[in-house]
Amino acid sequence: MTPPESPPAGTAERSALDFAGREPALLCFVTAVFWLLVGSIFGDLASLKFQFPDWLADSGALTFGRLRTAHLNAMIYGWSSLAMLGVSCWLIPRLVRQPLAWPRLAVGGAMIWNIGLLSGVPGLLAGATDGLEWLELDWRFSDPWLVLGGAMVGGALLRTVLGSKVEHLYVSVWYTAAAFVWFPILFVIGNLRVYTGVESAAVNWFYGHNALGFWLTAINLGAIYYLLPKVLGRPIHSYQLSLVGFWAFAFFYSLNGMHHLVGGPIPTWMITTSIVASGMMVIPVGAVAVNHHMTMVGRFGALRYSPTLRFVVLGAISYTAVSLQGIFTAFVEVNRVTHFTQWTIAHSHVGVYAFVTLTLFGSIYYILPRLVEREWPSASLIRWHFWLSLGGIAAYVLALIVGGVLQGMALLDPARPFEESVTVTLPWLAVRTVAGLVLTAGHLVFAWHIALMLSRHLRRERRLPPWHEAQPRLYEESG
Amino acid sequence: MNLRVWLLLLGAVAIMSFAAMVLVVVPAALLTEVKPSPGLEPYTASEASGRGVYIREGCMYCHSQQVRDTTITTDEARGWGRPSVPGDYVYDAPHQLGTMRTGPDLMNVGARLPDRRWQLLHLYQPRAVVPWSIMPSFPYLFEVKAQAGPDDEVVTVPPAWAPESGVVVAGPEAVALVDYLLSLDHTQPLAPTEATPRAR
Repeated sequence: MTPPESPPAGTAERSALDFAGREPALLCFVTAVFWLLVGSIFGDLASLKFQFPDWLADSGALTFGRLRTAHLNAMIYGWSSLAMLGVSCWLIPRLVRQPLAWPRLAVGGAMIWNIGLLSGVPGLLAGATDGLEWLELDWRFSDPWLVLGGAMVGGALLRTVLGSKVEHLYVSVWYTAAAFVWFPILFVIGNLRVYTGVESAAVNWFYGHNALGFWLTAINLGAIYYLLPKVLGRPIHSYQLSLVGFWAFAFFYSLNGMHHLVGGPIPTWMITTSIVASGMMVIPVGAVAVNHHMTMVGRFGALRYSPTLRFVVLGAISYTAVSLQGIFTAFVEVNRVTHFTQWTIAHSHVGVYAFVTLTLFGSIYYILPRLVEREWPSASLIRWHFWLSLGGIAAYVLALIVGGVLQGMALLDPARPFEESVTVTLPWLAVRTVAGLVLTAGHLVFAWHIALMLSRHLRRERRLPPWHEAQPRLYEESG
Repeated sequence: MNLRVWLLLLGAVAIMSFAAMVLVVVPAALLTEVKPSPGLEPYTASEASGRGVYIREGCMYCHSQQVRDTTITTDEARGWGRPSVPGDYVYDAPHQLGTMRTGPDLMNVGARLPDRRWQLLHLYQPRAVVPWSIMPSFPYLFEVKAQAGPDDEVVTVPPAWAPESGVVVAGPEAVALVDYLLSLDHTQPLAPTEATPRAR
């Protein structure tokens, strides 16, 4: 094989496909990073409150309960959701070989989504909350914007998929397109204000668990399924398995939610159903794990050359890890110790950070150069971002897993006073604060790097040819 | 080909509808018949407004309101009350069952800590009564006045935590919140059939 003289076949078509979705994707990425920084500040402040409970106590807007809520919503509906909209606007056109339909609708949708957050998140600090975990954004002045904005972006994407002329739908399209059908259904069911008592709790966790599964997980699995083979230049390990994995994922994941209420006051059959469905998750999780990890086996050398791959491979490993941890936590023997403890917070950060956020970082490292046709300015900024993210999240998760188990053991022993369940966690919560600050430093590096890249793009500085236009040979052809 | 896309999207909707049927619609139908637990009364106006403060300040993120099944937990042995049942929550919307116990369960805090003055001081400055507490203080729910008025609830603050001059008086939201906390009492025993939901 000799290196091609001119850009390889398909480059022009891909550029054309990338072009239509450029504006909505860029808008989504830039605003997503804004919310990432905002959410980081809220998270750090909330974590510091465990060390300094009387600090910033004079204003209701900065009390722990409101900061924590603002952190969660800025990260889920701001950072993650917007970045996922951006990834989708770029990925779907490529996979169905159709330029994004109605790109202006998508741009408008992303703007409206941001309006919902700009009124909803400060609203949370001002005390306007719907009072249900994951559903706190105000039903009057925030949720309607999210529904409208999401429908506009989703409409453009589904229109694109329906206009597909390809014979075959790649598995990433399955996950991504289905997510844009699932999430609106879930969001509306979750936000209806008709439930009382334990029914309110059941619907809360039907929504909370499925928002993670059918929105965050679905889109990011789709991204990993695209990026891993793409960067490695090697097909996915077993394509059949990925389709089995998809339908098993949909069926079992959707019944998982009640494991958040193990031992609680809802009818036992509901909890049992969810525990069984949680156990059955080994099928789709195993299918995805085999596919992702076996595709990677033997190609770890490529990690040195591709920042995208580094982030995405870690994201894929974390998906397996968080799923196994989740299955494990659903079982009563584990749950009786870990429920109500910092273990839960560790688990949610393995999911939303180590899996979702790292995958989104990797996706943005891949997509942004193709949108602005300019390479990332600095390899060392990427390295800093990577190691700060990896070090920060590893310390975060380990600290809260240890702290959470110690807390749970103390809580489970009625001979030990409640005080002990608090004091055993304190050193681990301090480690968590440091880890959170490290993650925030990584986010600042990332945001700075994007700003640098976009400002050079806007000033139309001379660009070096992007690396992705070269065709690196990762290995020698044998025989 | 569009047919594949439609099959995918319809399949996705069908699976989600099935799950929503099992975990939302059927339970909603079954739970309409739940009767309030013995002794449970609707919230008074003040208790309801205190519940609003509880929700607004995010108390739920550190305090659960559910005593769990005694066969798998030691909640009851810890003195937090009998296991909770659906009838305990019939007046709650939205629910505040919670997912964390950074602080203790509050399902029966009204029965466990019925002293109003303790509750008010604890909200003003938790560490004045529980030295190891990491709960936020809520000074903004209180007022410091030169002299208390005739209807004011004065909070007796130990000197270490007291303002330099004047007296600490509970604001209307602190009063409502304490009314709500003191109403949290689900200690009345259940009729035998209600007490064993697990057997059904």
